[in-house]
Amino acid sequence: MTQSAGDAQMAVTDEVAIEIRGMNKWFGSFHVLRDIDMTVNRGERIVICGPSGSGKSTLIRCINRLEEHQSGRIVVDGTELTSDLKNIDKVRSEVGMVFQHFNLFPHLTILENCTLAPIWVRKTPKKEAEEIAMHFLSKVKIPEQALKYPGQLSGGQQQRVAIARSLCMKPRIMLFDEPTSALDPEMIKEVLDTMIELAREGMTMLVVTHEMGFAQAVANRVVFMDQGQIVEENEPRAFFNNPQSDRTKLFLSQILGH
Amino acid sequence: MDRTAPFVRTAMIPQAPPPRGETGLVHWVRANLFATPLDAVLTVLSVVVVWQIAAGIGPWFLNAVWNASSLAQCREILAGEPGACLAVIRDRWHQLLFGFYPSEFYWRPTLALILMLVALAPILFAGAPRRLLWFSAVYPALAYWLLWGGTIWFPALALAGFAVGYGAFRAVHAAVPLIAVPAAALATVLWWVFLTGPLSEALHAILPVGLTFVRSDSFGGFMLSTIIGVTGIALSLPIGILLALGRKSDMLLIKTISVGFIEFIRGVPLITLLFTASLLLNYFLPPGTNFDIVLRVVIMVTLFAAAYMAEVIRGGLAALPRGQYEAADSLGLDYWRSMRLIILPQALKISIPGIVNNFIGLFKDTTLVVFIGLLDPLGLTTAIRADSAWNGIFWELYIFVGACFFIFCFGMSRYSMHLEARLKTDHR
Ligand SMILES: Nc1ncnc2c1ncn2[C@@H]1O[C@H](COP(=O)(O)OP(=O)(O)O)[C@@H](O)[C@H]1O
Ligand SMILES: [Mg+2]
Repeated sequence: MTQSAGDAQMAVTDEVAIEIRGMNKWFGSFHVLRDIDMTVNRGERIVICGPSGSGKSTLIRCINRLEEHQSGRIVVDGTELTSDLKNIDKVRSEVGMVFQHFNLFPHLTILENCTLAPIWVRKTPKKEAEEIAMHFLSKVKIPEQALKYPGQLSGGQQQRVAIARSLCMKPRIMLFDEPTSALDPEMIKEVLDTMIELAREGMTMLVVTHEMGFAQAVANRVVFMDQGQIVEENEPRAFFNNPQSDRTKLFLSQILGH
Repeated sequence: MDRTAPFVRTAMIPQAPPPRGETGLVHWVRANLFATPLDAVLTVLSVVVVWQIAAGIGPWFLNAVWNASSLAQCREILAGEPGACLAVIRDRWHQLLFGFYPSEFYWRPTLALILMLVALAPILFAGAPRRLLWFSAVYPALAYWLLWGGTIWFPALALAGFAVGYGAFRAVHAAVPLIAVPAAALATVLWWVFLTGPLSEALHAILPVGLTFVRSDSFGGFMLSTIIGVTGIALSLPIGILLALGRKSDMLLIKTISVGFIEFIRGVPLITLLFTASLLLNYFLPPGTNFDIVLRVVIMVTLFAAAYMAEVIRGGLAALPRGQYEAADSLGLDYWRSMRLIILPQALKISIPGIVNNFIGLFKDTTLVVFIGLLDPLGLTTAIRADSAWNGIFWELYIFVGACFFIFCFGMSRYSMHLEARLKTDHR
């Protein structure tokens, strides 16, 4: 795999896409995210890793307000997330999300899954929405499955549809929450390849994953979280070769050890 | 290749037929009816029971008398043999179907029924033309007019209330979007309460188009059951959906009202609500208001069914994985769109057996209106017996009524299976 730094298309701009300042979140009395500070520039690809339960999912779910934070600021594309529903809808229509369990709509065909949000949220005419959907389905290499239902597809295919479904909204930022952890090993590559291609086109991406090969191939930065805190962040080579904190070293030895 | 096996077959032997006893009727009987000693005992027992029942009922039906003008005459013809006196059905079927509806107007409920099937077609079957939905939308007013009669202006203006509401919605939405829906509802209700009556009288004076008015107390039989049942079914589903969503709502007031309503209605027997409809409402309503008894019963039956419906649908909503809500949210769909496009289609599909179960229960519960003096099919059997010619006849009437209910309910049950099969997309 090529190193990311030299790739012209993957250039990072100075423009800020996501800004998180002093953010805290509790589930009841459980302090799940502590003083999170994070800035993501447009075009950056960030991999978030850390032990299970460390708050990675919660963090990226706060970015499109699937979870509500209790203190601090989250600004996405210049829109601050507050309880204002208009802002929330605006952010959600600009931020795509891919889930661990795909979450495709089982009662709709693949094509309908992809055209639903453009038609109802973006008010795209149906025919145009279908053209866009077919474009992205071709991009994730499953245009021939368009008229099937999600239940008829393999896990890897479903996850690629889920990526296409998000892309149909022409998002400026994509969030991935362990997109390959529910997949059989032979399907992981097809999904990662799709994501790598997306990264090469300059999409701003936040990816929670333990696929360290992916991190090394495309990430600008790797963020390590533990117990609700960002413990360490660095560019991939330094992160893997020269981890600073003991917790990071322990984590890396566990996941790279075998 | 090395020879490793001492013998290699060179010619294939063709497939042989299975041995005798492994195919055909004998095999089927042995495998399905007499597989174990217990199976054998159960089979024999079942055959005996079925035979006993058939032997008891068979002659009764086969000897049935169709031509007689009274029970006494029936008995004379039968001369002591067992036999049904189905002549009563021949004599009184119209009453069982229409109650005391004037016979010269039987065509009106009949036409209403036929048009109902037309109106239901686009709702029930995917193959029916979509444009028919417009007919489905005006059908309730049309059916009201056919059944009760009176001036056509009244139902027409009542329908126009929806147009008024829509107009109000558009007008207010442009100025203050937030109150557009309440404003539209208010405009519609005001139109119905204050303008529909006087306007329809005025229009009738100018252009009198109408049918002879038929009073509600002459309604009866399966016609009454169908009116109450179908209206209750059609209204309880949307109300039940709203209650189920209300119960899951984050808004405390809406949640409290929904939970309170559901728990109250479920905690009270239907018959109590029907008595309330027939007696108490008279006290609450301003004197002089003529609030039709059938309408009152329909409202009570609807509310009752809606509370149960809400719980069935809540079960369907709870069965959906949280990921479906999250995926809808993350795509930027607002609450109503994600409910309508993602959540409800799936939740309702899961709930189909429970929903149809409720529909069937509701339809059969319409017979309870007999206790508040309405003539449902069972009430009519009593009315028929009150005639000295048919005094003392029970079985024949009850079997007829039961058979009619069975046909309706079995039809619903089969439709629900058809619908489940049609909507099956999970391919598990
Ligand atoms: N809805 C919730 N209510 C209460 N606790 C939760 C909820 N979601 C997650 N948690 C808890 O918050 C912690 C962080 O969860 P999560 O962000 O899913 O971790 P990760 O994705 O890093 O494995 C876990 O301990 C989890 O049990
Ligand atoms: Mg997680």
